[in-house]
Amino acid sequence: MADYVIEMLNITKEFPGIKANDNVTLQLKRGEIHALLGENGAGKSTLMSVLFGLYQPESGVIKKDGEVVKINNPNDATALHIGMVHQHFKLVECFTVLDNIILGAEPMKGPVVDRAAARKKVVELSDRYGLKIDPDALVEDISVGMQQRVEILKMLYRDNDILIFDEPTAVLTPQEIDELMDIMRGFKAEGKSILFITHKLAEIKAVADRCSVLRKGKYMGTVDVATTSVEEMSRLMVGRDVQLVSTKAEKTPGETILKVENLCVPSKIHKNDAVKHASLEVHAGEIVCLAGIEGNGQSEFIYALTGLEKPSAGTITLCGKDITKASIRSRSKMGMSHIPEDRHKYGLVLDYSLENNMVLQRYWEKEFQTAGFIKSGAVRSYSDRLIEQYDVRSGQGSATIARSMSGGNQQKAIIAREIDKNPQLLIAVQPTRGLDVGAIEYIHSQIIAQRDAGKAVLLVSLELDEVMNLSDRILVMYEGEIVGEFDPKTTDVQTLGLYMAGAKRMDKEGKE
Amino acid sequence: MSKKNNAPRLANAASGVSSLLASLVCILVGLVVGFIVLLVLGGITLAQSGSAFSFMELLKTTWSQGFKPILQGGFYASANTMGMGVRMEILQAAPLVMTGLSVAFAFKTGLFNIGVAGQYTVGAFFALFSAIVLKMPWWVCLIASAVGGAIWGAIPGIFKAFLNVNEVITSIMFNWIGLYAVNTLIYQGGTGPMFNLKTTKTFTLKESAPNALLPTFNVKVGGEDYFGKMFKPSIGIFIAIAVAIIIWIVINKTTFGYELKACGHNKDAAKYAGINEKKNIVLSMTIAGALAGLGAGLFYLSGSKEWEPLVSTALPAVGFNGISVALLASSNPIGCVFSAMFISHITTGGGFMLAKLFPSEVADIISGVVIYLCAFSLLFKGSIMKLMNRKKKAHAAQTGPDSGSGNDNKKEGNA
Repeated sequence: MADYVIEMLNITKEFPGIKANDNVTLQLKRGEIHALLGENGAGKSTLMSVLFGLYQPESGVIKKDGEVVKINNPNDATALHIGMVHQHFKLVECFTVLDNIILGAEPMKGPVVDRAAARKKVVELSDRYGLKIDPDALVEDISVGMQQRVEILKMLYRDNDILIFDEPTAVLTPQEIDELMDIMRGFKAEGKSILFITHKLAEIKAVADRCSVLRKGKYMGTVDVATTSVEEMSRLMVGRDVQLVSTKAEKTPGETILKVENLCVPSKIHKNDAVKHASLEVHAGEIVCLAGIEGNGQSEFIYALTGLEKPSAGTITLCGKDITKASIRSRSKMGMSHIPEDRHKYGLVLDYSLENNMVLQRYWEKEFQTAGFIKSGAVRSYSDRLIEQYDVRSGQGSATIARSMSGGNQQKAIIAREIDKNPQLLIAVQPTRGLDVGAIEYIHSQIIAQRDAGKAVLLVSLELDEVMNLSDRILVMYEGEIVGEFDPKTTDVQTLGLYMAGAKRMDKEGKE
Repeated sequence: MSKKNNAPRLANAASGVSSLLASLVCILVGLVVGFIVLLVLGGITLAQSGSAFSFMELLKTTWSQGFKPILQGGFYASANTMGMGVRMEILQAAPLVMTGLSVAFAFKTGLFNIGVAGQYTVGAFFALFSAIVLKMPWWVCLIASAVGGAIWGAIPGIFKAFLNVNEVITSIMFNWIGLYAVNTLIYQGGTGPMFNLKTTKTFTLKESAPNALLPTFNVKVGGEDYFGKMFKPSIGIFIAIAVAIIIWIVINKTTFGYELKACGHNKDAAKYAGINEKKNIVLSMTIAGALAGLGAGLFYLSGSKEWEPLVSTALPAVGFNGISVALLASSNPIGCVFSAMFISHITTGGGFMLAKLFPSEVADIISGVVIYLCAFSLLFKGSIMKLMNRKKKAHAAQTGPDSGSGNDNKKEGNA
């Protein structure tokens, strides 16, 4: 008989209108890294919240070391040595690293906190597992990677031996991801058991022993990672074959749709311009990708293009008309669609229903209002059509509050809204950030369909795979300047990387 | 298909019902606390007077002399001769509906209009000036009161939109500026054209501007005029209700309301959608101010009270009670009508209690407790929803398993 530390048997958890977990079983062996794979909204986080005591399941039992346990709250979970690193860190920003780690489990010496003892233990743990931290730094001053290490140390400090990682790699750079994988392997060698929630197949291949797959709240089975191909796992997760690389037909670009000349945009952080004399053209029927490392002026460039911020110099021309000073609404009317970088900040009014979000860019049009009165019937049927056509899934259809939808479906709703406007120019900023393979495949196919329909597409992406995969032309932005232009067919990721890091640049004629 | 379309509506209805139930629970608890306070106060006063009394007696007195008037409000029989009590109650309710609407409307745009009292004061001045000095008919005076309030609301709005000065600070300042400016303008060292030296108040409208008095109405009960012949109530309450309905329509059915709410929920997304946020902030504060000003018009043009510039050194309480009204109504315009009626009801009743045993402020304690509990109403709402769900599930279990709807996961990502 296998030695299971944690068994979750036949767990069912319902929310109004939805079965988030439907008879799910998960068995974690001692000393293994067990991946939990599923698309956004498949019920992974719900299942982990049940294990961590945040939700009570309607039915099913949880066993620890073969004995049935009842986990009513996170304190019970901690008592059973279950620890969790949440996707969004739960740290006190203005406390030091050390204080954050011991918070809630402070060693006392009489009435005062024994920081010396705490520090000793934390430093010891940090050395033992290679978790580099600075115990005296304030959390608000340290990198995201270090914040995650602090979260991990919190679990270790409490002597947890069942460690849950909820999408730990979403916020990390490639180097940090490699480090994390090493750390996880170290834990495994120590005999700790790890539950690793993700939807990135490559990471599962790299580090996990076994993998349980959820799809739409249902348990699809557990596979042995070493003997299962990436394709098989993605099929289990999505329920059909997934094209991991999108294909697109050759197409000659048409007339110029967007022309940007010498655009400068002031920075909000420092006194210099965030964008310095950037010029580019996007033609009908082509996807131009603006690549670069985060924070090199891409966001500001897009803000100026879309009218969210005012440029300090330069001109923007859309379909032959100067729109440098045009309002956001008139840019939208002239055929500009914008899938924003931050879907919660700009893309959606989260407390509005899905239907109200679907008409966010169009509610003022004749189709949806007469004399200032909204035609709720027209809005509803329009929204229902978009939901159907773009496969946006939600608990209560058009009436669902956007906040309650999963990230992938929120993004699909935005894409449906922006594409259905039938734009001349589609600006998509990191359209697949934080989404799973199924959704990414779908969004990529939609973007390519726009290009094939003769629309101009400007794509901003931090993911080089996406850049190489989708674009017809690649522009690299470094410190607010466009430092190189490439054809994806004749360049490679390494070359792009050099330009993105500022190690190389082209002059005006395209020479190195 | 029909099932698919009905589900969300039912869910919304359920949420509405549980909001209402939650408010009712708040009111109930508030009343219980009020009763206990009355009991204690009555007991203390009786004990101090030295007369012997039994607990049953105290309970009886508290009920008949204290709690019953509060519960019955304007309908308390011994105070309601010729409909006096009811008249008082609706007279007070009308401006309260308006100030409540003012706060609720600004809330929808994410603004906290704490300047209702000032807008109300300026509205009162505009109404009285148009009536007493300009001799305008009542409907012109009403419009004037709304214009006055609108100006006083617009200024903090402009400061907020263009200079990013918090509207709470500006409108608190403008409360006092408005109050003392109005006092000065009316009094003018005793020479103000609206100031009656004999009464130290503004001239009564009955004498100086009968045209400016709001029309009155009466109801026949058993063949007799309920409110008698002399003191008929004004139609102010009906105007207030009509305005509440209009505001509800504006917020829920128009593109303007859509824009306002979008700005209130998420101003970045509103900007992204091409909505002019600054314009909406100014408009929202202007309309909120107009509503407060109109409230003053409805009250002062009813002719039962005059402005007293020499003693009006505190901001009118009706302005701040508007915040309570809006909170109790969860910013729902129609709800504001009912919550204003409720507060007016218990305040009127509070005035009818046996004064030597029970201070009339107990009514304020009750409404205070109710408002305070409103903060918990979300909590109540949650547990009421849970109860309702449990019942539904029990019902479903009896009638057979519900075929799981094809809805996708909803809660993921929240954890």
